[in-house]
Amino acid sequence: MRKVGLFVTCLADLFRPRTAFAAAALLERAGCDVEVPRLQTCCGQPAYNSGDTQNARRIARRVISAFETFDYVVAPSGSCAGTIKLHYPDLFADDPAWRTRAENLAARTCEIVSFLADVCSYSPRDVALAASATYHDTCSGLRELKIERQPRALLSSVKGLRLIPLPDVQSCCGFGGTFCVKYPSISNAIVDEKATNIESTKADLLLGGDLGCLMNMAGKLRRRGSAIRAFHVAEILAGMGDGPAIGEEP
Amino acid sequence: MTRAEADTFKARAGAALADHHLKTAIDRTTRTARQKREAAVAGWPGFSRARDLGARIKDHVIENLDHYLIEFERNARASGAIVHYASSAGDACQIVVRICRDAKARTVTRSKSMLGEEIGLPHALDEAGLGRVETDLAEHIVQLAHDRPSHIIWPALHRTREDIAALFREHHHTPQNSDDIPAMVASARRQLRGGFLAADVGISGANFLIADSGAVCTVTNEGNAELTTTIPRVHIVTAGIEKLVPSLPHAFALLRLLVRSATGADITQYTTFHCGPKRAGDLDGPEAFHIVLVDNGRARMLGQGLAEMLRCLRCGACMNHCVVYNEIGGHAYGGVYPGPMGAVLTPVLDGLETSRDLVHACTLNGRCQEVCPVDIPLPAMLRGWREKSWAQGLEPVTQRSFIGLWAFVVTRPRLYRLGAGLAIKTLRLFARDGWIRALPLASGWTSTRDFPKPARRTFMAQYQAQKRNRGL
Repeated sequence: MRKVGLFVTCLADLFRPRTAFAAAALLERAGCDVEVPRLQTCCGQPAYNSGDTQNARRIARRVISAFETFDYVVAPSGSCAGTIKLHYPDLFADDPAWRTRAENLAARTCEIVSFLADVCSYSPRDVALAASATYHDTCSGLRELKIERQPRALLSSVKGLRLIPLPDVQSCCGFGGTFCVKYPSISNAIVDEKATNIESTKADLLLGGDLGCLMNMAGKLRRRGSAIRAFHVAEILAGMGDGPAIGEEP
Repeated sequence: MTRAEADTFKARAGAALADHHLKTAIDRTTRTARQKREAAVAGWPGFSRARDLGARIKDHVIENLDHYLIEFERNARASGAIVHYASSAGDACQIVVRICRDAKARTVTRSKSMLGEEIGLPHALDEAGLGRVETDLAEHIVQLAHDRPSHIIWPALHRTREDIAALFREHHHTPQNSDDIPAMVASARRQLRGGFLAADVGISGANFLIADSGAVCTVTNEGNAELTTTIPRVHIVTAGIEKLVPSLPHAFALLRLLVRSATGADITQYTTFHCGPKRAGDLDGPEAFHIVLVDNGRARMLGQGLAEMLRCLRCGACMNHCVVYNEIGGHAYGGVYPGPMGAVLTPVLDGLETSRDLVHACTLNGRCQEVCPVDIPLPAMLRGWREKSWAQGLEPVTQRSFIGLWAFVVTRPRLYRLGAGLAIKTLRLFARDGWIRALPLASGWTSTRDFPKPARRTFMAQYQAQKRNRGL
């Protein structure tokens, strides 16, 4: 049995526990032995992308120590998984011992949907949702981890779900982590264009694999008065599409 | 607002965002460019291999720059060219102005060259009292409007054709009767023709410097480079040293990538090789042929972890596909080169202190690298600049303290759990119907977007409680 450490991600922990519950449920259904290490917090991306390498290293060492005993580390986020998988080894370029540990962890780190499809050959059975949805490829997942085919393949096994292609799907939504805080007006102009494209699909649901991007798009759609509801793709695959969408927390 | 405040990146970007006319102009050009590039790449099964080869050719030249510089200089001299070296922008301009003065030039024609813009050549020629005629159609527009280029392929991209029609009517001797595009092009042609014929010196850039022949290659779609370089008595080429390639086949390998990435065409309308001055029996060509090889920070980039940036072919694909460029346009960047490649190069040319915003104003979505015909790791380079900015203490105190405090908390899981629980409880106080419409300290988000209400308890707290209930 694959022993999987679930990397919850700070956004799921704080804003959308349902995403992490969905990820844990899916991993169990795919035959994994799931654990949630208590020592985890954040992958350190805000420090890394701000240029604060020292703190990024400090945080990375903690993540490595907390997860290196598992067969796999799986995160419901292309962005956090990408940080561990691609950037941790770079962070320790000048530190051979930690570099080896970082590379070891990187080789076993995956984003949830691609892990289910590529490693577990899992696809949901008996999951139904009568709705139309459009899927946005979040950039880190798409370009750093090459996740494009897998979510569409898995979503095609959800009975009653109709996928509508999103125009200009490869364009970033303007979230960009600290970018949306540092340059809010540029970020807003970008997400406004994204929202126009999403609305043009007339889909019931917006799906994606990263909560940061989803919160950005859902927040913009809501402000524009759109009725399109946003879910993390893992929630739909886990059969939780009948629950509250992002921003519908009780 | 003081002048210094008005001239910050944020102020320029804000003004650009408020300019809907600008957005229309940007979208018209970049949308077509993206579609044409996509079609060109889709129709070229060997694109990915060609891209790898392109990157390898450039890397090879950059690693052996001294060798190819010497070879190029030797062969260019043998063809009758006069080769000059300029280490800085100022040196390069001085050399060009001196050549013009020695030739007793009154007017000079210039075909589009980003290197010329980089070294400030238009300004230097104006200062020297030389009559300057910009012959590229878009540069002509920019000159008429006393403007600056906003894109490296389409310098007048920020102007709509309606703006340009008005500009031509105001400035051309015999402007167009109707504002259809052929009539406007004909008007520009009438206007420029006299300039081409009267010029004493023609100045061009170079897309490739071919080491084994000493030839210089220029590509244009208007034929203006040919009229700039063949009619006047003197032809001056200004080129960055990274434009070197070993031989003609290498130039063609890169040319295929450059043109498809820039405009989606298979080849430019004009691809011209210039080798030495007019020879006995030649019908036309310049009497003197000067090549000014410009460093201007390039050699320094090798030692700064920016060597891969010297692969850049100046195709503009990165900016055409950049979500930030597409919202704010080229002028907001404040440097000569806009978009992702500009954000990497401007700190080299103007210093990081004045351009630190550029390296942060990027979502790191990676699309620029994906469409780059020579696979330049632009996002990694921008992150590299962020590291330098942090290490040099250029980041604002508020950001440093925020990241510092946050890192202190996330490296202490117990404290983090406590803080997370408090944070969501506080945030929930601001929520109505599941959403937060206004949030102190986060107005950047909530002034234009709603923020979702957090869950009642964090995942970690809920998960632990479930485990306890199950007696695990």
